[in-house]
Amino acid sequence: MAGARVYGLIAGMWIRSTMAYRASFVMTTFGSFTATFFDFVAIMLMFSRVHALGGWSLPEVAFLYGLSAVSFGLADLVIGSMDRLGRRLRDGTLDALLVRPAPVLAQVAADRFALRRLGRVTQGSLVLGWALSRLDVGWTADRLLLMPLTLLSGCAIFCAVFVAGAAFQFVAQDAAEVQNAFTYGGTTLLQYPPSVFAKDLVRGVTFLLPLAFVNWLPASYILGRPYPLDLPGRLAWATPLVAAACCALAGLAWRAGLRSYRSTGS
Amino acid sequence: MGAGRLYATVALGGFRRYATYKAATAAGVFTNTVFGLILVYTYKALWELRPHLGGYDQAQAVTYVWLGQAFLSTLAISGGGVEDELMERIRTGDVAIDLYRPADLQLWWLAADLGRAFFQLLGRGVLPFVFGALVFPAYLPTDAGTWAAFLVAVLLAMLVGFGIRYLVALSTFWMLDGTGMGQMTWLLGYFCSGMLLPLNVFPGGLGTVVRALPWSSLLQAPADILLGHGQPLRTYLFQGAWAVVLLGAGRLLQSAATRRVVVQGG
Repeated sequence: MAGARVYGLIAGMWIRSTMAYRASFVMTTFGSFTATFFDFVAIMLMFSRVHALGGWSLPEVAFLYGLSAVSFGLADLVIGSMDRLGRRLRDGTLDALLVRPAPVLAQVAADRFALRRLGRVTQGSLVLGWALSRLDVGWTADRLLLMPLTLLSGCAIFCAVFVAGAAFQFVAQDAAEVQNAFTYGGTTLLQYPPSVFAKDLVRGVTFLLPLAFVNWLPASYILGRPYPLDLPGRLAWATPLVAAACCALAGLAWRAGLRSYRSTGS
Repeated sequence: MGAGRLYATVALGGFRRYATYKAATAAGVFTNTVFGLILVYTYKALWELRPHLGGYDQAQAVTYVWLGQAFLSTLAISGGGVEDELMERIRTGDVAIDLYRPADLQLWWLAADLGRAFFQLLGRGVLPFVFGALVFPAYLPTDAGTWAAFLVAVLLAMLVGFGIRYLVALSTFWMLDGTGMGQMTWLLGYFCSGMLLPLNVFPGGLGTVVRALPWSSLLQAPADILLGHGQPLRTYLFQGAWAVVLLGAGRLLQSAATRRVVVQGG
């Protein structure tokens, strides 16, 4: 638990530092809000021309969008700075973190903690709220319980992707951009219904890189829609287990990556 | 003649500088391909329901997606061109050294950016486009004339793209930190250039407005020529007019900045 304390201390320091420039903070938070807002505007523009996409209505797609955006936004807020690791590897400043008596993962995750990323979470929550107000879901106890479980597990799955991406940077260094395909690409993919995509792609993000558990499977269960792969709806309840497995694997990858680090310089 | 050689050398330097990072380029190709894959399926779903949306057929929509992925880094539609470095040099005061050089500031950076753009087009743009054209049924014109006309539009798009980003970079002279300004412009550019959805799909008044803005010169204008939708001469005139206006404004702003602004640094 030393890690959590260190994380809290460093994140708190960065928040105080950000608040020194309040106007800049307001502007960048608004920017983070607008960035994702445009994503949703594009979806609304699509729906100005059609009534359904892949058989899903606008509120249903908004539900997918909201779940994906909130999960990803929370993960991005908590751990999103990890994509700066590549720079630390190149200029050798990771060494400074290694000599401190605190877990390296916590230090890297809290590095440049950016509260402005709340903008993305806020925007996602608004879309999710709008979707819930428009959808006619028969809310049973199990469906209600699945909602918070899904959001938390989704956040954990994206955190695992960020950590695995950081571990990959130990090997790849210059190729850091690859992880954007899975983080930003992942959340963009999940904003659209699974029925839009080729079966093989859906299989890949269900069984190989289980992003489908962030929202596709739970949302299919809650909305009572069939999942394109003929999987039982109850599989949605495996979401927390999948998230735990992802985190464990990402943790192993991180350890392997950190062990392989040989610093830089001549 | 001597001046021409100087800027050609700067452009060549820009090209070679970006060509140095091979792993980063490969990573970029991968990421662009993944994003293209996601978009192409959503467009296919959209065009299945509305086969002639925006005047494109499905094959043309597929080509549009992969053109967008080819142009994203080439035209630095959401940032990532030479302006990042220029902003940093203005912020730190290093720009004073640039102003002492026996070369024009705007032409110098334009040359460097053109070199970068040509590398990104060849190194990062061609591969995702070829992948997309091979894997999906895409529309490709067979006559060389259309391709030549298309390349002229791409060249003009590079000028317009630089014109916008140079203005953003110069704003750093007054704002001291261009991050917020840049972020806003990139978001607007991503949306208004048609990266999310082709501009001719935008409904009614919004469509008319975005098609008149400079960003429509970047992706929509060359795409329309390749897809046989725009008259080359009218398109060139539109792009050329924006290039003149933006580069002219850049020149005015540059002379105002160098006359009035005190350079940063101690």
